[in-house]
Amino acid sequence: MIKFQGVNKWFKQLHVLKDIDLQIKQGEVVVVCGPSGSGKSTLIRTINQLEPIEQGSLVVDGFDLSCKKTDINKLRAEVGFVFQQFNLYPHLSTINNITLAPTKIRNTPKKEAEEQAMILLERVGLANKRDSFPSQLSGGQQQRVAIARALAMKPRIMLFDEPTSALDPEMIGEVLAVMQDLAKSGMTMGCVTHEMGFAREVADRVVFMDHGVILEEADPEEFFLNPQHDRAKQFLKQLLSPMH
Amino acid sequence: MLSYQFDWSIITSGKYFEWLVSGLVLTLQISTVGIIFSFIIGLLIAVMRMSYFRPVRWFAHAYLEFFRNTPLLVQIFFWYFGSYKLLPTVANDWLNNNNFEFAAAVIALTIYTSAFIAEDIRSGVLSIPKEQLEAARSAGFSYLAAMQYIILPQAVRITVPPLVNQFLNLAKNSSLAMTIGVAELTYQARQVESYSFKGFEAFTAATLVYLVLSIIITALVHQYNVRILNPHRA
Repeated sequence: MIKFQGVNKWFKQLHVLKDIDLQIKQGEVVVVCGPSGSGKSTLIRTINQLEPIEQGSLVVDGFDLSCKKTDINKLRAEVGFVFQQFNLYPHLSTINNITLAPTKIRNTPKKEAEEQAMILLERVGLANKRDSFPSQLSGGQQQRVAIARALAMKPRIMLFDEPTSALDPEMIGEVLAVMQDLAKSGMTMGCVTHEMGFAREVADRVVFMDHGVILEEADPEEFFLNPQHDRAKQFLKQLLSPMH
Repeated sequence: MLSYQFDWSIITSGKYFEWLVSGLVLTLQISTVGIIFSFIIGLLIAVMRMSYFRPVRWFAHAYLEFFRNTPLLVQIFFWYFGSYKLLPTVANDWLNNNNFEFAAAVIALTIYTSAFIAEDIRSGVLSIPKEQLEAARSAGFSYLAAMQYIILPQAVRITVPPLVNQFLNLAKNSSLAMTIGVAELTYQARQVESYSFKGFEAFTAATLVYLVLSIIITALVHQYNVRILNPHRA
């Protein structure tokens, strides 16, 4: 479904992605982790070309991202993206946040889009917030609306860029629960996250990155119990007991 | 020493009153048409100013600099007297029979004001976090659609206070139309003064009418902002 082959990317002088080879199959859930500045967010953002790649080949759901002629808006409509900072549209109510893209891009009739939006809001547990504005919702609620908004386009792939990092601890669970539910439904998912509990329970594979390189790619059990790379060992130790 | 006799009755009824009312009607027409079109053109120029396509950006930039940096009165004269030299006689005849003064004044005011409005809207757009554009693009919106549905609606909400200023300026600047013979409010007040020698009364009336007009414009935009644009903040 997603295939990186020898992908490189630079920010001016900085080499942020180095010879990335990675494959995500349909229905797979892949968690990307690593220290800050490792390039994990950049990696996930290349998949819907929020960051263009400079070298190598990247094919997503049949769209060749290294080809200039690819209709990028078409690809993006098939790929849901959830941001760390939610990025809901503040001038629109919850329901309109969700129906905007389906009605304007897919030309879904307003009524049908609203019915689908209500089903999604039900699913993320926020049916009673349909007419609230983003500023009236908690962080966890905003993120669940953001997930519903992405799902409204019926995407074939969902990408998450640190979806719980901006949340208060007691709100992380509600967002992870929605993501877990989504994974169970068979969605192809790429998640940048430090929620190792989630990675352990839900992920099919964990990818560990540092300095723009994929250092490890392993089954979650194996990655947590027996990390191969020193850098990964250190990272996991830090994550589990940050005081040391 | 002060031998002036106040006579307020001449402006509250009779011929002079009717003159002032007809002036007000014209002022209202100029202001309404001007406000609507200067907003639309301003929006358009603001988007062009931020276009990825360089010639479009340059055109918008040139438009802004040209119309912002020359006096409105000169622009009014330009449209009214200058265009004569460029257009064929047939066109001029037609224009003269169809209230060209009014059209020239509206065009000048609209274009002049649209340049300021464009800059206000652009600064509104720049104040929207770039993540909003990113969120819209990641959903599959094209750049222009993202502008239309997500960025501009937010930018215009932020821009309401400076927009009110521009609308007020336009309404007040419409008094310059008298210089090319448009019989709007100031023109009529002047007429009243010429015929009656009651300059104090005539211009007091004009002043009060402009004041009320400005307060009404401010109130209307404020109501629109509160009721329609930001219902959740009310």
